[in-house]
Amino acid sequence: MNARNSYPSLLDPDESDGSGGDSSGQQGHRIIPGELDLSHKVILYLDDINVSFDGFKALNNLCLTIDAGELRCIIGPNGAGKTTMMDVITGKTRPDSGTAFFGQSIDLTRLSEPEIAHAGIGRKFQKPTIFEQHSVFENLELAMKTDKRVWRSLFACLRDEQRDRITATLRQIRLDAQADRPAGLLSHGQKQWLEIGMLLVQEPQLLLLDEPVAGMTDDETMRTAELFVSLAGKHSLVVVEHDMAFVGQLGGLVTVLHEGSVLTEGPLSVVQEDPRVIEVYLGR
Amino acid sequence: MHKPLTLRFLTALDGKSWLALGLFLAVTLVAVPLLHLYVAPESAFHVSAYAITLFGKIMCYAIVAVAMDLIWGYGGILSLGHGLFFALGGYAFGMYLMRQIGRDGSYQSDLPDFMVFLDWKELPWYWSGSDSLWWVALLVVVVPALVAFVFGYFAFRSRIKGVYFSIITQALTYAAMLLFFRNETGFGGNNGFTDFKRVFGYTITSPDTRLTLFGLTALLLALTLVFARWLVTSKFGRVLTAIRDAESRVMFIGYDPLWYKLFVWTLSAILCGIAGALYVPQVGIINPSEMSTANSIEIAIWVAVGGRGTLIGPVIGAFVVNLAKSWFTVSFPEYWLFFLGLLFIVVTLLLPQGLVGLWKKLAVKPGATR
Repeated sequence: MNARNSYPSLLDPDESDGSGGDSSGQQGHRIIPGELDLSHKVILYLDDINVSFDGFKALNNLCLTIDAGELRCIIGPNGAGKTTMMDVITGKTRPDSGTAFFGQSIDLTRLSEPEIAHAGIGRKFQKPTIFEQHSVFENLELAMKTDKRVWRSLFACLRDEQRDRITATLRQIRLDAQADRPAGLLSHGQKQWLEIGMLLVQEPQLLLLDEPVAGMTDDETMRTAELFVSLAGKHSLVVVEHDMAFVGQLGGLVTVLHEGSVLTEGPLSVVQEDPRVIEVYLGR
Repeated sequence: MHKPLTLRFLTALDGKSWLALGLFLAVTLVAVPLLHLYVAPESAFHVSAYAITLFGKIMCYAIVAVAMDLIWGYGGILSLGHGLFFALGGYAFGMYLMRQIGRDGSYQSDLPDFMVFLDWKELPWYWSGSDSLWWVALLVVVVPALVAFVFGYFAFRSRIKGVYFSIITQALTYAAMLLFFRNETGFGGNNGFTDFKRVFGYTITSPDTRLTLFGLTALLLALTLVFARWLVTSKFGRVLTAIRDAESRVMFIGYDPLWYKLFVWTLSAILCGIAGALYVPQVGIINPSEMSTANSIEIAIWVAVGGRGTLIGPVIGAFVVNLAKSWFTVSFPEYWLFFLGLLFIVVTLLLPQGLVGLWKKLAVKPGATR
């Protein structure tokens, strides 16, 4: 599987409406292996996914599709399978059965974690995971989209436009004053922002964000919501979150997971009125 | 930030470090030879043959310590089997030294003595070419590299980490030791190789040869330090420490840790192999005890004592521990292992950053920032 040099060109704004069908719609469609194919407007398909750990069914016939450019929130009580689902998408956990496709042609169950990252899926962990010994700047440098093979890293030098990109991102995540500090010294909220910044410079098509605003102040949470909303359209986002106010600010469709499968899906206001959802959240 | 490669090499060390390195080379390449050859043995300034051999040996150990620091201090991979790569390099070069004996051995045969003793009629196939310095020099690099690469590939691909990896490396070097103990293996069994007469055609015990080997070792140690410093300050080094600190994050931003670990692991084995090759002609013997598990653990202790992840620390650690060892094993031979164990416990509990960390702590006045 050589997905290494196959960055989809969808980041260009003129192509980023997610349709991808403008040139290929009339004359049939060519499938390029390893290339992200969004011809059916869907960026992520999960179909009939099952994962069990020692008999415990973490995911139970999970079916989920995310459209290109969508901002989707996933909620659900503890143990509903949200993190396991992200593990399946990013290659950390192999499903016992089921299919997981990125676009039309990239089979996620066959790729390793780095290959999936190269294909265009970025992930933010529940607990902020940054390189604590490295400076904030270096964290972004390492995450930045580039050739990540050993030989390139040995002789890598930052180009001016890469440096500018990092500087711009530092400003965006409001850490420009902290650029040279070790990342381990940042506050919890700042670490969350740094990890989001690392995702941004990685330039993924699909961002998976596991509880991105945990530990943030209300003000920081609001700014995060604004950032995510501005990213939607150009990127697709899947956000797992418990904070309902934040989910409301994001405004996208909400999927409720329960015991490893989808309970219901819809706008937040509708989902919140659903008696089954209320029971799942309050009935325990 | 367009820096040519040579400039990046030059800036790998700061001014003070280059000065220290230059001083080190001046002492080892100029002062020591002069004091050994031209100062009368009675003088207090005379450097004895014993001292040259001892320090030459310790410098070989120091190279191993730096190699160990690259994978342990920077890569977070604790190998307790690095003695294997050191011994493999030593054995490879030992083959050449055995062939250099020619017919001056006890049996006046073209074959090494131990083969005559075993009643072998010709050299085994893997000894072919061992009379050529270039072929052997190649083996010194390739054999440890190949063993490390194959072993590392399977271990890192299976994501074996931490203490499990350390234990497997112990098993690896132990298995190799048992293999080399066998006479049938063709490396002299438990006696190994010894009684060398010549190296590069010169008498091995002559002062000139001794000084040449000493100088080569010093030069290699200096080169290793500069190269290692360049490596850890490159982006490769930053990825390596990132793998040490948060491997899953590294994978999810698109680096494959397998190749990064494998590269530094193999590189480390090569450095050990070269150090072993320089060690054997200086101490005059190589036998399977170099592959014993205790030897490999000692390497880790040098690094821990000096200070992990500092490069210079392991060099200091190798000198301090080995000088202590050569004093102890003469004065109180039976207490050396107790002392070594105590040292390891004290360093682990009280000096997690080793001697370099202690020095940094003392050098910074209380109240000053950082």
